[in-house]
Amino acid sequence: MELLLLFISTVLINNFVLSRFLGICPFLGVSKKIEVAFSMGLAATFVMTLSAIATWLVQHYILMPFGMERFLQYGAFILVIASLVQFVEMFLKKTSPALYQSLGIFLPLITTNCAILGFALLSALNGYGLVTSTVFGFAAGMGFTLAISLMAGIRENMEFGDVPEPFKGIPITLITAAIMSMAFMGFSGLISM
Amino acid sequence: MKAISAFINGLWKENPTFRLVLGMCPTLAVTNAAANGVSMGLATTFVLVGSNIMVSALKKVIPDEVRIPAYVIIIATFVTIADLVLAAFFPEMYKVLGLFIPLIVVNCIILARAEAFAAKNGIGKSALDGLGMGLGFTWALTFLGIIREILGMGSVFGIKLFGEGFVSWIIFILPPGAFLTLGLILGLFNAMLSDKKKAKCN
Repeated sequence: MELLLLFISTVLINNFVLSRFLGICPFLGVSKKIEVAFSMGLAATFVMTLSAIATWLVQHYILMPFGMERFLQYGAFILVIASLVQFVEMFLKKTSPALYQSLGIFLPLITTNCAILGFALLSALNGYGLVTSTVFGFAAGMGFTLAISLMAGIRENMEFGDVPEPFKGIPITLITAAIMSMAFMGFSGLISM
Repeated sequence: MKAISAFINGLWKENPTFRLVLGMCPTLAVTNAAANGVSMGLATTFVLVGSNIMVSALKKVIPDEVRIPAYVIIIATFVTIADLVLAAFFPEMYKVLGLFIPLIVVNCIILARAEAFAAKNGIGKSALDGLGMGLGFTWALTFLGIIREILGMGSVFGIKLFGEGFVSWIIFILPPGAFLTLGLILGLFNAMLSDKKKAKCN
């Protein structure tokens, strides 16, 4: 039950993109087409769930026993995430070329997606257990997928709109995000945690 | 390129926030007050200058194939230094900025400058480039912070500007206000500079 609440609150109330400002770069950059945005979201969710497990293991079995979590955490986490992304890329290329084709270019981009490092640090900060941390990672990824897909849907329709010349591209996307973010604030009373 | 233009470049012509639209996460997240914008900007400047110097000094030693992980480690080292210093000397500011201090590691401005500038130029020039980019980022964050603080709280750097009758627009210090302010400012800058080259999107 607690896990379900954590899932809902991470996807809707504390949405990573719209209320925590994590993962803004792909949110603005890769949200022109729904299919592409959705693949990006799935790739990020996949890596996030895996890195939730990997960073938890590193935190609890390497950093904490040696008392290094205060000053080696950032370096260790980013290395774990970067090598995990590389590993996932190689694995997908061998086992599932179709999936690799559709996710291909987005995988390397995920390393610099601050949502991934952000959630790994948040989960270490909150002291989540392995299962909670994995659910949190999956929920964060789903929240990201939801936000980026919705944004892509809006932007596809906005193509036909008459946007003033200086506001085309990033500015109008940011203003749309503002309205979306306001709408998501409506969820804030849904559950209290 | 002359050394001085390496410095000036980041302040306006290639301003990371308004012209290159890089490093959006901290830009949106910490600019709910002017003071937060200044602190975040200065922390990023420190990391930028430090990592630019290190990358430039080590550019002959680092093999090409592993340069990105090497840069990331250098950046993570400086971020850890900034993090510990802030936690020790400015604990209140550290609490406010919170997660976004460690997230300087994945701020694309820093890796972009290491890759695009420091790996090709001398130490002095790279340091100036880092300083210029960092200060450009700092003034952009401060500018956004001032606007949001005036509208959202009626104050600048914590000093009240208006009398009791002022009704603050709370929305501007909440997440939607961040998106709205930055979107409108980018649009305005585009409109003002519309005869010049348009702001590049990432």
